Order: sequence, then C-alpha cells, then structure tokens
Amino acid sequence: MSDPVGWFSDPLQYEFMRRALIEVVLMGAVTGAVGVYVVLRGLSFIGDALSHAIFPGIVLAFMLGHSIFLGALIFGVLTSGGIAVIAANRRVKEDSAIGVVFAGTFALGIVLISSTDNFTRDLASFLFGNVLGVTTTDIGLSAIAGAVVIALILALYKELLITSFDRVAAQAMGLPVFWLDLLLLVMISLTIVVSLRAVGNILVVAMLVTPAASARLLTDRMPSMIALSSLIGAASGVLGLFISYHHDIAAGGTIVLVATSIFGFVWLFAPEHGFVATRVLRGRLTPAAPEATIIFESPEIQTPGRH
Amino acid sequence: MTMTTTNGSPLAAPPDHEDCLVIRDLTVAYQRRVVLQHVSADIRRGQVIGVIGPNGGGKSTLLKAILGIAPVVSGAITLFGRPASAMRARMAYVPQREVVDWDFPVTVFDVAMMGRYPAAGWLRRPGPRDRDEVARVLGRVGMLEHRNTQIGQLSGGQQQRAFVARALAQEADVLLLDEPMTGIDAGTQDVILDVIEEQRRLGRIVLLATHDLVSASCACDCLCCVNERMVSYGPLDETYTPENLAKTYGGPVIMLGRTDMVGRTDRPEPMHTHHPGDHAHHHHEHENLGREHD
Repeated sequence: MSDPVGWFSDPLQYEFMRRALIEVVLMGAVTGAVGVYVVLRGLSFIGDALSHAIFPGIVLAFMLGHSIFLGALIFGVLTSGGIAVIAANRRVKEDSAIGVVFAGTFALGIVLISSTDNFTRDLASFLFGNVLGVTTTDIGLSAIAGAVVIALILALYKELLITSFDRVAAQAMGLPVFWLDLLLLVMISLTIVVSLRAVGNILVVAMLVTPAASARLLTDRMPSMIALSSLIGAASGVLGLFISYHHDIAAGGTIVLVATSIFGFVWLFAPEHGFVATRVLRGRLTPAAPEATIIFESPEIQTPGRH
Repeated sequence: MTMTTTNGSPLAAPPDHEDCLVIRDLTVAYQRRVVLQHVSADIRRGQVIGVIGPNGGGKSTLLKAILGIAPVVSGAITLFGRPASAMRARMAYVPQREVVDWDFPVTVFDVAMMGRYPAAGWLRRPGPRDRDEVARVLGRVGMLEHRNTQIGQLSGGQQQRAFVARALAQEADVLLLDEPMTGIDAGTQDVILDVIEEQRRLGRIVLLATHDLVSASCACDCLCCVNERMVSYGPLDETYTPENLAKTYGGPVIMLGRTDMVGRTDRPEPMHTHHPGDHAHHHHEHENLGREHD
C-alpha cells in the first residue's frame, strides 16, 4: 500500500469494481441505519432468523424469474407472522419458535435450489455474496429498496424511537405497536436483500449488528448513532472490497472482518464507553461518592425489627 | 352510587360524569388469570388518588387498564363521558423506573420531547413551540441543566424527574404515576409532590400508584386500596385507617412515629404496614427485590 491513491484508484478502472463500490456503499449505509434498531431492541437473533427464512423466497423468485425483492418480502412477512403464531402457544418459547421456523425455511431453500442446473454456483453466490458480479439492475433495485428503508426511518423517526424505547408509552399513546413491529421486520427483510449481493445470506447479520454496536459505543444520541452506524457500515464495505481485490480474497468475508476489526478497535478505545476508558483509566480513580441518601424506602422495608 | 367506601358513605357530591374519570366494575385478566377485579371509582377533576396495596396486588395493572393497555375482560372506563381508549392522548404515564431501558441512547431532552408526540401526530416533526414547552417543563422539575445528558448517567431521582417532565410536556388531563417515590432523593420527592399539587390546582386528575404510604397520605385526597380486588375506595379519612390498611395488606398494621419529612401537617399521621414474624419479613424482602408482575 505504498501508493494510497493508486490503491483506491487503480481497481476503479474496471467497470465491475465501480459497480461493486456503489453496491457496497449502499449496502453498508442501509444495514448500518437499520442495524441501530436491531441492536437497540435486541433483535440480532431475529435478524439472523429472517435472513435465513427469506432464503426460499429468494430462490423461488430467482427460479420463477420474478424480483428477488418481492420473494424476500413475502417470505419475510410470512416468517414474522409464523413466529408470532407459533410462539402464541405458551408451550413453545419464542426463541424455539424462531429456531424451528428459520431452520425449516432455510432447508426448504436449499432443497429448492438443489433442483436448479447451476446448483453449486447459485447456492454459493446466495450464501456468500458475489459483489463483483453485481449488475446495473441489481444496483438499481438495491438503491430503490435502500431509499425506501431510509425514507421510512426518517419519516417514522419518532414512532420507531418511542416504540423501541418505551413500548408501554407507545401503546398508551395509541400507536399501532404491532404494525410498527411488523414494519420494522419488513425493513430488516428489505435490508437483507440489499446486502445479499455484497456479503451473502450467512453474513448479513454481521452487517446488521456490528456497525451499530460500534456506533453505540461512540455516541449517546440516536440520530448520531444512526449516522455513525451507516458511515461505519459503508466504510467497512469500501475498505473490505478494496482489500479483497488487492489480496484476491472473498469480498463478503473481508467486508465483515473489516467491520469486526472496527468494532474491536472501538470497543477498546472509545472515548467514554471503551474498555481502556472505563476499566484501565477510570478504574484507577477513587469511586465517586454515593448519591443523595434515599429517605423514602418502601414501608415494608422500614418495618421495625429489620434494622 | 356504585362507589364502594370503607363505611359505605358516598363521596361529597354526586359527580357529573362529563367531568370524571369513571371506572365501573373493572376486571382485568392475563390469559385466564384474574389479576384485578371489581374496581369501581368516580374520580373528579382536581382529585389526587393514591392507588395502594401490596406488590402484585394490581396497582400497575389498574393504571395500565386506564391507559387501555391491560386486558380488561369486563367493566368499563370512561373519561369525560367518552371511552378511555379513545382518550389516550389526554392521559400521561410515568412508568416504574425498573422497566425503563436506561442504556438507550436518548437524552433528558429527548425523553421529555416524547411527551409532545401524541399531539404532533404522524410524520410531523416537533417544532419550536414544542421545544419551548419541553424547556419549560424541564425547568419546572429542575432538569434543564441536564437536558443533554444521556438518561443512564443520571441519579435515580433525576431519572424520575425526566419522566415526570415527559408527562408534563404532554399537557394531559390525567396523570398516571407508577411508583414515582421509589428509590429517589428528598429533593425529587419534593418536586414530585409539588407537581402533583400543581396538577390538582389545574383541575387535572392524578393517580399515584405507590407502596409508600407516607407520600400517599401526604399527596392524596382519596385512596384506592387494591389487593387482587378493590378492597376499598374513598376519602383519606375513611380509608387511611389501620383496619382498612390491614385488610388491604392482609396483615396487621402498626403505626410508627411521625415521619414529618414532607412538611404537611394537615394529614393523618403516617403509618406503616407490619408483617409479624421473621418468615413474613423474609418473604416480603424477596417481593421487594422482584419486579411487580403486572
């Protein structure tokens, strides 16, 4: 990397690298933004499940020659509903329901794709991404899906914020919490489709979780967390793409590894919430004086004979 | 009058339902488990109601039923003559501290601004008027200087004040406070009692769920005593009695010495529930550590 400008500019003489660059920036920015909600609401397992569950939808749409976005969307909504219905039986816990549904649908996708002629190649490109083979149509579809997701995040900022932060208050305000939850799952499904070309089905969850988790360590404000997470996602995409080009390694895996490295760095060195700041530096200081004395305990605690 | 009081006497004047929060024989059940039943009350504007009872007795459930987010299986709740479910924007709610995700990346100002959301409606962003109002209520509870602090960095009392500010920002007619006096400092206690008094003067309805009988006796006009069913409802001088509290808490109640920290002398002396025997103590300690199930 003796010539940093050339390191970036040389690969861009190729059409496929220019297309790939646009695709990874779109993917990184959109997964980063949506990932904030995945992280803050503890939906990483659901995000992983969704990415597997929409797999047969993508395969079916691909085989029938329809839009893979439509296939993913239909299966995303069906799966979300299926999980809710199965979990309604109190003998089945929600995480078990998710496990049953996502493994089952993923298996269905593999069975479906095994009936195609180019089984191995198609499967590999769905599972691990094929960003260098991205077409102009793919970019157009990613851009539209990404724009829809970002527009929803901006338009419904306060509704999504209060539903994520204080569910009871959101319900009390009369917000349709169930539909907002479903909408969020649909947004995650769309995001997964946007990421399919760049990182593939298996690693999508990393792009949904890792940049947002890094951003959380860097800021205490929601808008800046969304912006930072998008930026880290896009930067991971660009850096990972170029590293994979120069070293001739898999782009999807490299992109995720860059995101993971950024998280590791931030986790160690974030100014306020990083390991060094909280444990190593602050640990040396004397602990702060306790807060104002609590005067009113519950009456039960003040019962005589207890003190 | 369907209202139940300890000695059967009705409240002072027959209330005009157009001006009341009316609860009629309310029963709430989660799945098939009934958690609260036979609650009836007529609450007029300017009244402060203390909802008291043991942990798991249904205090939070009653507030949530009024907000329309607990599964009401029978009975009715109306506010100013209309079904309460259609009047949600007129009700403000301060949740129990334990149920809030304090690591969430929002500041004190963000939390208070959420009180402006119901009036803003879909898609619209809060404007300068909303920001002025939020700044005003933050000043009211002494939190303006902390407006840019993330809520997890605050003390317990400051956290409670941030949520009280959110409720005030809503300019609601009904204020529902769930255990606001738990784990807070004396300054915050004063601020909250002050806010309740102000709401009373403004003709608003306040419901205060608490197991702190001291603050209940200081702040409230009426007590609604619940223990899986409504034990009693009525003015303080009828309900704030050792006999009634014993019935509510299911055990004998003893009076402790005066705990005059709140400075109001026109109220009966504070009392505390007493559960005799080490076994009961141990049991209760456990209950206090656990979250209320409803």
